[in-house]
Amino acid sequence: MMTLSNTVRVQSDDFDVGEELAQLRGHNAAIGAIASFIGVARNTNDGDAVATLELEHYPGMTEKSIEAIVGEAQARWQLLGATVIHRVGQLLPGDQIVLVAVSSMHRGEAFQACEFIMDYLKTRAPFWKKELTPEGERWVDARSSDQGSADRW
Amino acid sequence: MIEVLFFARIREQIGTGSLQVAWDDSVDSVERLILSLVAREGALWADALQADNVVVAVNQQVCDKHKHIVSGDEVAFFPPVTGG
Repeated sequence: MMTLSNTVRVQSDDFDVGEELAQLRGHNAAIGAIASFIGVARNTNDGDAVATLELEHYPGMTEKSIEAIVGEAQARWQLLGATVIHRVGQLLPGDQIVLVAVSSMHRGEAFQACEFIMDYLKTRAPFWKKELTPEGERWVDARSSDQGSADRW
Repeated sequence: MIEVLFFARIREQIGTGSLQVAWDDSVDSVERLILSLVAREGALWADALQADNVVVAVNQQVCDKHKHIVSGDEVAFFPPVTGG
């Protein structure tokens, strides 16, 4: 019987990737693979310098939608655990935005589930980015390439 | 009572993040809620809520504008999401 250990958090504080991966791994000797993705705030977007990034979200729905995405990943692949942490509030270039980490028995499932969760998060979880550029503030527009990435699955 | 929430660009366009609308039996779908808000608040709200890419969620589940609503529902309007 496999026990799934899932962590979903939305927070303004930074996170420690090493600590989160250790937590995900725990003492589960069945784990053979852990795949992780870290999203980082860039200093440019669409050719413009970005000074700060402000992340807004829909409290309640955000957590629910991420949990639903993780649940869908677990229905598709044999996973042993998943961690998704997404930051909100004001971020600077170089700051970590999001962590997706997945554990499984073999690497194939971990790689695929990690990418799936990230692609779905990009198009389904209610977060919105606003960036400050030399021309002022602007909301980031959704990219059709992100929808394309999610539609592959 | 219907709890109505607005996020991101839409929230800024209309200058409000949330409001409560008294329940009215004739306003029983998201589409009708939009029409009644636009009738009451004017052109700025029409631009914000009737744009093609507006996403609607009822009780924190994305749905289409034909979705039936009942008193006590939470209805949210927001632009396409851009997290991650």
